[in-house]
Amino acid sequence: MEILVCVKRVPMVGGKVVVTPDGQDVDTRMSGFTVSPHEECAVEEAVRITGRLGGTVTVLTLGSPEAADQLRDMLALGAGHGVLLETDGREWGPIATAAAIAAAVRRRAAGPAGPYDLLLFGNEAADTGDYQVPVRVAHALGLPCVTGIKNLQITESGGAAGSEAAAAAGAGAVGRAGAGAAAVGGAGAGAAAAAVAGAGAGAAAVGGAGAGAGAGAVSVAGAGAASVAGAVGVARASREYRGSTEVFDLVLPAVISVREGINLPRYPSLPGRLRAKRAVIERFQPEYRGEGLRKQLLRVPAGQTRRAEVLGTGADAVPALVRLFEEFGVLS
Amino acid sequence: MTVLCLVELDPDGGSADASLRALTFSRELAASEAQAGSAADGTAGSPAQPLADSPSPAPPATRTMSHRPAGNPHDVTSTGYVAAGVFAPETAVPAAALSAYGVTDAYAVESEQMTGYVPLAWARALAELVTLSSATAVVAAATDHGNEVLAHLAAMLGLPMAANCASAARTADGTYRIVRHRWAGSLLEDAVLDASPALLTVAVDAVAPATEPAPIVVHDFRPVLSDGDLAVRATESAERAGGVSLATARVVVGGGRGVGGPDGFGALEELAGLLGGVLGVSRVVTSQGWRPHEQQVGQTGTRISPELYLACGISGAIQHMAGCMSARHIVAVNTDPDAPILAHADYAVIGDLNQVIPALVTALRARAGLS
Repeated sequence: MEILVCVKRVPMVGGKVVVTPDGQDVDTRMSGFTVSPHEECAVEEAVRITGRLGGTVTVLTLGSPEAADQLRDMLALGAGHGVLLETDGREWGPIATAAAIAAAVRRRAAGPAGPYDLLLFGNEAADTGDYQVPVRVAHALGLPCVTGIKNLQITESGGAAGSEAAAAAGAGAVGRAGAGAAAVGGAGAGAAAAAVAGAGAGAAAVGGAGAGAGAGAVSVAGAGAASVAGAVGVARASREYRGSTEVFDLVLPAVISVREGINLPRYPSLPGRLRAKRAVIERFQPEYRGEGLRKQLLRVPAGQTRRAEVLGTGADAVPALVRLFEEFGVLS
Repeated sequence: MTVLCLVELDPDGGSADASLRALTFSRELAASEAQAGSAADGTAGSPAQPLADSPSPAPPATRTMSHRPAGNPHDVTSTGYVAAGVFAPETAVPAAALSAYGVTDAYAVESEQMTGYVPLAWARALAELVTLSSATAVVAAATDHGNEVLAHLAAMLGLPMAANCASAARTADGTYRIVRHRWAGSLLEDAVLDASPALLTVAVDAVAPATEPAPIVVHDFRPVLSDGDLAVRATESAERAGGVSLATARVVVGGGRGVGGPDGFGALEELAGLLGGVLGVSRVVTSQGWRPHEQQVGQTGTRISPELYLACGISGAIQHMAGCMSARHIVAVNTDPDAPILAHADYAVIGDLNQVIPALVTALRARAGLS
């Protein structure tokens, strides 16, 4: 399972956000940087999946040269490769960001490393909160997509035979190197069909083994499918929405954005840190493009500060607290 | 000048509260469009394109029923039109409620192939409705569904989308001046959106729902969908078991790093019980694994809006405050008189929660006649 996880370098803000004097950025002179919390969970999820199924996790970011630090943080958690889409530090909008990510995904598919099977994102960046980059990447690549996921199960298409079948079925797609027209029948391929059908992927599953899975990918994917793997498995993804659970079944390759809480990310190990320090980060310089949503000014909202009235110190303040709760009407 | 708004329904069939806020936002946007239009070319509030003459490739909607609200509806020709897209059979469209919120045309979007939530199909249907209603803007509440569907629509149309807007108005030059949330509302961004149609989601707490009745017509609408549009769909499982939920609790007792470890939450839970509330925690507590993520209050956890939020041993990082700013009253218990949370709380007790909370529990038990 080849997995790409996209992360974003964001300021580590504590008690308050301070804006630079020109109102264009968050003042980061006093803060460190981190990746958005959802994305750290996406990396953890990817590392767990490849730990179970094999394969590699590639972590990608678009940002200033310093964003390599965040890639190394993620490599220390167990990601294997880092890709930096290097910018001059300007803030990129979601349309241009998604286009640059999609181009990187296509470039990788065309190379010796082959296509990704799964693209993971955080649900939204902590700073800009645009809620759209994963969906735009999915559209650019013609992949199925779901966002805001809190539980994810990946099932591969019946081991080696399954992945061959899938590659064969993804005719015209850039399949895995050399898989070509390998036998579609056999136990592995049967398992592929069972996995897809079991996931309730509908029309995608009803054909023969590989063919069914391939049809699923193609019907969703259209022309863009060439940039990613043929169907290699299925994802069952779920989230809570207004009190009930929504379950989605997707044929891989797919784009999935996750939320914090899907797992509890590990702490980086010492060997992980050492490996991350030595890792070579691939760098590309995509070209900046402006878009139709243009930032003018950032500002801290007025009237958010309440300035607490101190009721007292320690347990002596308890009678005042009880009176306050009575006043608020929260005591029966 | 029509603003098309995605309206989500509650399980009981009414319009979701977030959607009523989005409708209020849509109405204000439509009014600004009517004004900007009249300033620019004198075509104030030109009515929505007659359905029969629609140039849309989409099948025409059928005009099936109308609802005239009680009282005096406002004059929509000067305030613009608000159309609602409701993904439900026509009979399930809450016409009276939508009319009260100023909806002039409601489209009941139905398809045999599309049951439940199908994000890409919903976006495809909205794209068809944009053409059909000549919408100049599309609005949705910034919910999981609203953001996801509008992102699909934006990608499909190759247009920008402004997520989590607090306000939007059309200007005379045809662009939109918007204010949107960054850092979950801890920071505001003034921005210009130059696109048609304008695609916007409305930050859930940014707009108070307000009625302004208009006469409504409900149309049946059947979108043209491909298999690809239907490939990813939600299967809904049964609702979770009852109990007080963090999001809707009247009282939340919060615990942060100051609790000290996984074993320190007993007194806070007992206090929450005495107050008829629930326990909420800060991000550091869940990332340490002391408590499950479901209990996290904050930007990446649950947003709460209780009568009382009692924040104990919580410093008040903006990630946390973004989740509790809607609380009516915030009371902090903290050893540090300079903790950021004191700038956000109404009242504070300076002291160690391990002394204050047990004493408070004892006092409340005594008050309730418990020993």
